Amino acid sequence: MTYTFDAKIPAGALTDKWDNYKQNAKLVNPNNKRKFKIIVVGTGLAGASAAATLAELGYQVDAFTFHDSPRRAHSIAAQGGINAAKNYQGDGDSVNRLFTDTIKGGDFRSREANVHRLAQVSVDIIDQMVAQGVPFAREYGGLLDNRSFGGAQVSRTFYARGQTGQQLLIGAYQQMARQVGLGGVRLFNRTELIDTVVVDGRCAGIVVRDLLTGEIQSHAAHAVVLATGGYGNVFFLSTNAMNCNVTAAWRAHRRGAMFANPCYTQIHPTCIPQADETQSKLTLMSESLRNDGRVWVPKSPTDNRPADQIPEAERDYYLERLYPSYGNLAPRDISSRAAKRLVDKGQGIGPLKNGVNLDFAAAIERLGLDVVKERYGNLFEMYERIAGEDPYKTPMRIYPATHYTMGGLWVDYELMTNIPGLYAAGEANFSDHGANRLGASALMQGLADGYFVLPSTISSGLAPLLGKTMPGIDHPAFKEAEQLAKDRFSGYLNTKGKRSPDWFHRELGKIIWDKCGMERTKEGLQQALADLPALYNEFQTDLRVTGTGETTNQTLEKAGRVDDFFQLGMAMCQDALTREESCGAHFRSEYQTPEGEAQRDDEKFCHVAAFEWTGDPMNPKRNVEELVFETAHLATRSYK
Amino acid sequence: MVTSPTVNSEALRRAPATGTALQARKKRPFLLDLYSTSVGKKYAMAISGIAMMGFVLFHMIGNLKMFLGAEALDHYAEFLQVLLYPILPKNVMLWILRGGLISMLLLHLHAAWSLTQLNRHARPVKYQSARDYQVAKFASRTMRWTGIIVLAYLVWHLLDFTFGTVNAVGTDGTFVRGEVYNNVVRSLDRPVVAAFYVIANILLGIHLFHGAWSIFQSLGWNNPRFNNWRRGFATGFATIIVVGNVSFPIAVIAGIVK
Amino acid sequence: MSHLKNLTLKVWRQSGPADAGRFETHEVAEISDEASFLELLDVLNEQLISENKEAVVFDHDCREGICGTCSLMINGVAHGPQRATTTCQLHMRSFKSNDTIVVEPWRAAAFPIIKDLMVDRSPFDRIIESGGYITAVTGGAPDGNLIAVPKPVSDAAMDSAQCIGCGACVAACPNGAASLFTGAKIAHLNRLPQGQPERYQRTEAMVEKMDEYFGSCTNHGECSAACPKEISVDVIALMNKDYRASKFKSRKEISRD
Repeated sequence: MTYTFDAKIPAGALTDKWDNYKQNAKLVNPNNKRKFKIIVVGTGLAGASAAATLAELGYQVDAFTFHDSPRRAHSIAAQGGINAAKNYQGDGDSVNRLFTDTIKGGDFRSREANVHRLAQVSVDIIDQMVAQGVPFAREYGGLLDNRSFGGAQVSRTFYARGQTGQQLLIGAYQQMARQVGLGGVRLFNRTELIDTVVVDGRCAGIVVRDLLTGEIQSHAAHAVVLATGGYGNVFFLSTNAMNCNVTAAWRAHRRGAMFANPCYTQIHPTCIPQADETQSKLTLMSESLRNDGRVWVPKSPTDNRPADQIPEAERDYYLERLYPSYGNLAPRDISSRAAKRLVDKGQGIGPLKNGVNLDFAAAIERLGLDVVKERYGNLFEMYERIAGEDPYKTPMRIYPATHYTMGGLWVDYELMTNIPGLYAAGEANFSDHGANRLGASALMQGLADGYFVLPSTISSGLAPLLGKTMPGIDHPAFKEAEQLAKDRFSGYLNTKGKRSPDWFHRELGKIIWDKCGMERTKEGLQQALADLPALYNEFQTDLRVTGTGETTNQTLEKAGRVDDFFQLGMAMCQDALTREESCGAHFRSEYQTPEGEAQRDDEKFCHVAAFEWTGDPMNPKRNVEELVFETAHLATRSYK
Repeated sequence: MVTSPTVNSEALRRAPATGTALQARKKRPFLLDLYSTSVGKKYAMAISGIAMMGFVLFHMIGNLKMFLGAEALDHYAEFLQVLLYPILPKNVMLWILRGGLISMLLLHLHAAWSLTQLNRHARPVKYQSARDYQVAKFASRTMRWTGIIVLAYLVWHLLDFTFGTVNAVGTDGTFVRGEVYNNVVRSLDRPVVAAFYVIANILLGIHLFHGAWSIFQSLGWNNPRFNNWRRGFATGFATIIVVGNVSFPIAVIAGIVK
Repeated sequence: MSHLKNLTLKVWRQSGPADAGRFETHEVAEISDEASFLELLDVLNEQLISENKEAVVFDHDCREGICGTCSLMINGVAHGPQRATTTCQLHMRSFKSNDTIVVEPWRAAAFPIIKDLMVDRSPFDRIIESGGYITAVTGGAPDGNLIAVPKPVSDAAMDSAQCIGCGACVAACPNGAASLFTGAKIAHLNRLPQGQPERYQRTEAMVEKMDEYFGSCTNHGECSAACPKEISVDVIALMNKDYRASKFKSRKEISRD
């Protein structure tokens, strides 16, 4: 039986939907709000802003983070900026243009109504963050400055040096801290979600593990918000922080929440390549470098000379050659795949032959050293610190890496999953970016969800619960989930095999990166689906976790997360295999235009694929939400 | 049993959590309120430090009269006793100044003592491996010790020249209050005492080198227009005091003042 | 790329807050000079797990120098020998073969050791909760461009807003003071026009909360030298000035400068 999704899209013209929704939404009287408890899991942009705003409204909020402080969330690492349709530059921007750009950037695989709302509230986000004291870059006249970003023809990106994510997160964190100080939010730090509890089809609360004592506890609530980020760490090497994981979303999935579009994972073209076998993560270099850098590799795979000794004639400026009109500014996915093909052919550079050159020699000659220093000085410094080479003298070595995951928990217009009472916000949901995300849109979405969408939509789900008795933590379903969690963690400790969780994670990452990375093939995915269960089986029998479960044990934490990554990895490969088209960041070699562009199949795949847990990670049930485009016109994305 | 998650009765009394920064603690007279915190105590350290720096500077300048001979110095000492005379009776103004100085000294000592206690408690377990300080200077790290030694020196100095308890017995066999010049020469003629004065004043200079700079930070006097001069001021001030004060024992030992 | 050989690591091990703790010596035979310092600890931990021993616990997350989770006193210097660099961005290039490297957790009464190299820095959160924010209820904000902020003011606010809350200032301070952390937040918010209405209440509340946990500033400057973001001690001067003003100004007029 196929599942019928109700996305609860409000009636009316696209531009009126959000207003219509708010007009008709059920509200909770201010004096009754305090009778509702809301759990917010995750304290990044979406989580912190949701917790702060919900508490401001008067709800009781319990916020959970596995970090030592909410300010550590990985939203902090976003560099570039945040989009908003302010049109401060008078260059023809509008809410509708931001909407169109986002739909197009997502390659027509996102839901129109959600994306339009995102574009609408983007304007309020900037006002809100300025009022909170975020030191956005200013013009000399004191007004806000903007810059342009990939995939847009207008300057709508607001930024705070190269640390926009940090400044926005700290802004949201401070708002939440204010509520913690005032008693509106209770903060549980170093506490990780282990399971969600569903009673009679409704989310009743969560089960958490105290990372300092290993204690398993239950928390009941009227609503649970998961703002737990993306799952890019399934690749092992990614630009995600070490502790980013899929556990919260995955455990909710195992309790019945649909996981949508897991195969939509974004690759960022300009990261510093892996330097050695012990490397634990990759670092992103801002994409703005491609404005002045030229990308090339030696023509001959056997050319091992230092870059400056390779004559012009023996260099292949492949982006300029293949995409003459966009050149070095070709879109993220196109330039990423071009780099991968050349490296696979053996033309890579660097000690491990795993990167391409990003050369600033021409820019320095054209603009002068001072101008280059002014534009990119801090990035060059950061590169030198990590790679130990001076990019003013030798070209930077870059290579694509996993960066962001568009897939996530399926949510409706209210950001509620298919389990009533369970919501997902920010990168953890799938809603706004379709098959690919535009630069500077992740921060926008996190804050939109947390500040403006959830606080307006959550009351609809809560209002009918007024005066009703909810299941408490002594309900058998909580006890059962607690026991399950205890058994799971003692299971990891008692396997007593030979391999560490890190070893399995690295092996898992290699399979996913090779077979389900930036270029996917039917054979490769089938191979991955053959290899994954074998490796997972090994994980279950040969895992070694030292130490105990009663004190801080990072090896044990890691084991739990890797377990969930394995199951997710299988779903990713299933999804990528079933989606027989290329769209956005999902690129199947079999489906490309003669120019090497993604070729969509709107006939068969203009839908969201939402996976349902069946108990066997290799056999999830694939459900479909058809996407209807009333305003945007399905068109082939072209960056020629 | 099935219960509601909103079991705690506290929740039902809650209003929407609005408001601003937490209110200050119970109101005290504002100076005491200020002094009760570490920032306030540093403020007190700075103010009392300035007062004592003023004293040290004028004390040194006044003593330079030594080089003009016995009469000039002794006359200067008498002059201090008749400050503001006859508006005020003799010695009254001097005692007001002394009272001010003593209270400044006590304030300085109390603030230093309580801040030291605070700082001790802030790191009860020391680093178990050797620290490698990056910028902290000898002067800043030894403030407590230079301070204590200078205090001891101050006590000796008072016993030497004000009370005469430890002054050398002169040819006449007694300490003569008012014969300032002779007392100085008699005391500093002893090489050990002279050496003590030299060392103590160098330590005073080290104390001032950090203290005079610290004042700007503690009082929040921070402005790009003069920030570059703060270090120079502190170094200059400390040097002037040390050179001036050290010149006295050296002059006595060298026989320039006799 | 070259390799370092025969590194001796003296790592602080402590099973819990109540344990006395001790240094444990381990050898790492070989590591690439491209590896970061935390990757050295990763290698050590894999080695320990293969010997069936418990891995060393240490805080870390983004590994790109921005989240502020990593810490460590390395050879007596907070975040190790390279200036303006967090431990996660410190690479093995800064060391030589046969080196002995001593690794210790931050030490301060306010930062109790949880286990091994992991400490509890939540007093920083308490300071922010006491007033480190601008009250701006969601939805009520005026247009962003209604508040013009002169560029130099905005830049100066940004300089101090860069603080990553890692705690190196407290760890490096001979007095265990958190003046640089508190001053940085006060300087960020107090410099901006949006921060003026709450300027003095904020300063008063934050300084007094800070005093509950930390030592006092004696102007050594070690904090700024250890700061991965090179925040200047000027922010401490601003904090001191505004704190004094918070006591001296008329409480009715307090929000006016």
